[in-house]
Amino acid sequence: MSVSAAAANYLGEGSGPRAWLLTTDHKRVAWLYLVSLTAFFFLGGAFAVLIRIELATPAGDLVSDDVYNRLFSLHGIIMVWFFLVPSIPATLGNFLLPLMIGARDLAFPRLNLASWYVFIFGSFFALFSVVAGGVDTGWTFYTPLSTLYANGFVSSAALGVFIVGFSTIMTGINFIVTVHTLRAPGLTWFRLPIFVWTMYATALVMVLATPVLAASLILIVLERVFGIGIFNPRLGGDPLLFQHLFWFYSHPAVYIMILPGMGVVSEVLPCFSRRPLFGYKAVALSSMAIAVFGFLVWGHHMFVSGQSAYAGVVFSFLSFCVAIPSAIKVFNWSLTLRKGEISFETSMLYALFFLALFTFGGLAGLFLAALAIDEHVHDTYFVVAHFHYIMVGGMVTAYMAGLHFWWPKLTGRMYSETWGRIAATVTFLGFNLTFFPQYVLGFLGMPRRYHTYPPEFQFWHVLSSGGAVVLAIGYLLPLFYLTWSLFRGARAPDNPWQATGLEWQTSSPPPPHNFETMPVVTRPAYAYDMKGLEHERFSPHLEAGQ
Amino acid sequence: MSGQTQSIAFDKASREKAADILAMWVFIGSEAMLFGAIFLVFLIAHMNYGAAFAAASKHLSLRLGTLNTAILITSSFTMALAHMYSADGRWRAAIWSLAATSLLGLGFLAVKAVEYSKEFSDGLAPVLGAPFSYTGPDPVHAEFFFGLYFAMTFLHALHLIAGILAIAGVLALWSHANPAGRARRIQAVGLYWHFVDIVWVFLFPILYLINRG
Repeated sequence: MSVSAAAANYLGEGSGPRAWLLTTDHKRVAWLYLVSLTAFFFLGGAFAVLIRIELATPAGDLVSDDVYNRLFSLHGIIMVWFFLVPSIPATLGNFLLPLMIGARDLAFPRLNLASWYVFIFGSFFALFSVVAGGVDTGWTFYTPLSTLYANGFVSSAALGVFIVGFSTIMTGINFIVTVHTLRAPGLTWFRLPIFVWTMYATALVMVLATPVLAASLILIVLERVFGIGIFNPRLGGDPLLFQHLFWFYSHPAVYIMILPGMGVVSEVLPCFSRRPLFGYKAVALSSMAIAVFGFLVWGHHMFVSGQSAYAGVVFSFLSFCVAIPSAIKVFNWSLTLRKGEISFETSMLYALFFLALFTFGGLAGLFLAALAIDEHVHDTYFVVAHFHYIMVGGMVTAYMAGLHFWWPKLTGRMYSETWGRIAATVTFLGFNLTFFPQYVLGFLGMPRRYHTYPPEFQFWHVLSSGGAVVLAIGYLLPLFYLTWSLFRGARAPDNPWQATGLEWQTSSPPPPHNFETMPVVTRPAYAYDMKGLEHERFSPHLEAGQ
Repeated sequence: MSGQTQSIAFDKASREKAADILAMWVFIGSEAMLFGAIFLVFLIAHMNYGAAFAAASKHLSLRLGTLNTAILITSSFTMALAHMYSADGRWRAAIWSLAATSLLGLGFLAVKAVEYSKEFSDGLAPVLGAPFSYTGPDPVHAEFFFGLYFAMTFLHALHLIAGILAIAGVLALWSHANPAGRARRIQAVGLYWHFVDIVWVFLFPILYLINRG
């Protein structure tokens, strides 16, 4: 560890609220997002815990049906729009994108800060609807429930989601332009780390899908407030039209949520198996394929809605097609591990758990893409289990992998590997215990969004609720040991995992403008088979002995 | 600030300009999806209730709509002039062209306001609880037409207001920016202005002209 790390780093550039709240440094904006998203994650998680406690018994004894509707709506709205959509792009993406491509900052640093303020502004509307009495439409705001019958604060929640959409678009534009214009000399497109590719693909989806969500939310508010009956059949409107518009955004949105996770895993797996990523080009291009195909499959959410049967067949076929690029990735990740020198650091454990859970959840997605099976399990816990396997088992696990992998770079500190491995394992066990029983429940016919159920389902519900407690512990542990490491953790070397990638060539934490001398790239990404990376691998045992 | 660039992320002004223009194109792509979704809603409704929509469409003022189309297309011309002058470094002419563009934009809004108030007084505005009294056939779907008309033209007007504010922003920051920065901003705002103009070029025929016969 050289002495130069004691020199200026971005964390030392002024303290106090002004230095943070008015910063345009992408690394500090990433922290603003990280803190706010963590708060939303635990808020959304608290609603989930209440749901699971209610479902421990068949009778609706903890909360009324009305309150239960509000609980799952708020859980969904907060988790999807205030955590999952921004999660990796706004935190790790913000921090790492310029570092990975050898730039001093994002192309539009002030736009980046503005996106955070817009996010916070939008979240006030959502939080207002929480405090004022909640929303009871579910996160999907389906009409005519949301326009004619819902008695919650739908307009304010929809407005909150609408405003947060602007911050998503700002981030998307910033990322696209940054990748196009600020790559370091020698960093050609096919030398970019996969994380950058997935950020780029995510940004494209953000920019092209979010405005359609904005349009549908505008139309809902127009109907609720101004009485224009766009979705009201009595006034000539069509309620199904809302579902088309909503899923035209919200299906691509699940790729906004999962692509960044794929990017993280593509960085972590090669590093801890000391192998170049297998099939780099295939993985890079399959990210783009997912972004494009993702726009063509929205109808698979509407198989039982009464849309044309021919449309159903086409959407079913296209939904099978979108599984191909995801499968390409899974096979390439698996082959990356082959003959590797695998070591099980915390972030590697999370990445391997991602691989397992994503594959498992993705295969269930093929069940749902098949028309006949979907008729049976539509709107049951099978669907709930499927998307939680992808969104929580996949995305949140990848988010934790990334957070642990780059934590030394973010903070300049190391955390306890022991606690990290314990937390990863507890999360994995708790997750499966929570959500595997939901596949069974769904297949047995338990519909989603009910707060009571027949007693014969109780066994599976109790397993699921018990798992939720374990899962909660798994997520709370990092909150403690990572916070502790901020103040007491061992100083991190510049490249503790001996990883490739430009972000590891600058100091930990990086200087205010990222690099002392601007880097020039001469190698492909993931050159783990090349010599010269061994010199400064971090060893927790050595560090502890000092 | 190094040399000619405004942001610390860039070394060269030409690169920064490329970034600004790319960002504007990406933003326009995003805006196109927003309007695209709403156009889609309109076209589906038109497919279902073509006769009612055609009858309702005749109650819009073709005269004022045409006038506004002419105003906006002229404003795009003055915007193009501003871009041309800024590329040649003829700053005074560029300022006048920008001023003319925003005045034409304001003119459009004034005409639109006259049109709206006429529709409100004729009972053709089914919004904000205003009384709706339509005498033609199929009043339910005519009401739907007018609802969409107000939603779409109002959304367009909001975008035009944003364009006028953007021009005002360019003029307000005039003395703070170097020539490269000014030309960059004029080109970016110009792209946006033309986009808002083109949206109207689609709105005008589908609202005022379609099936007018």
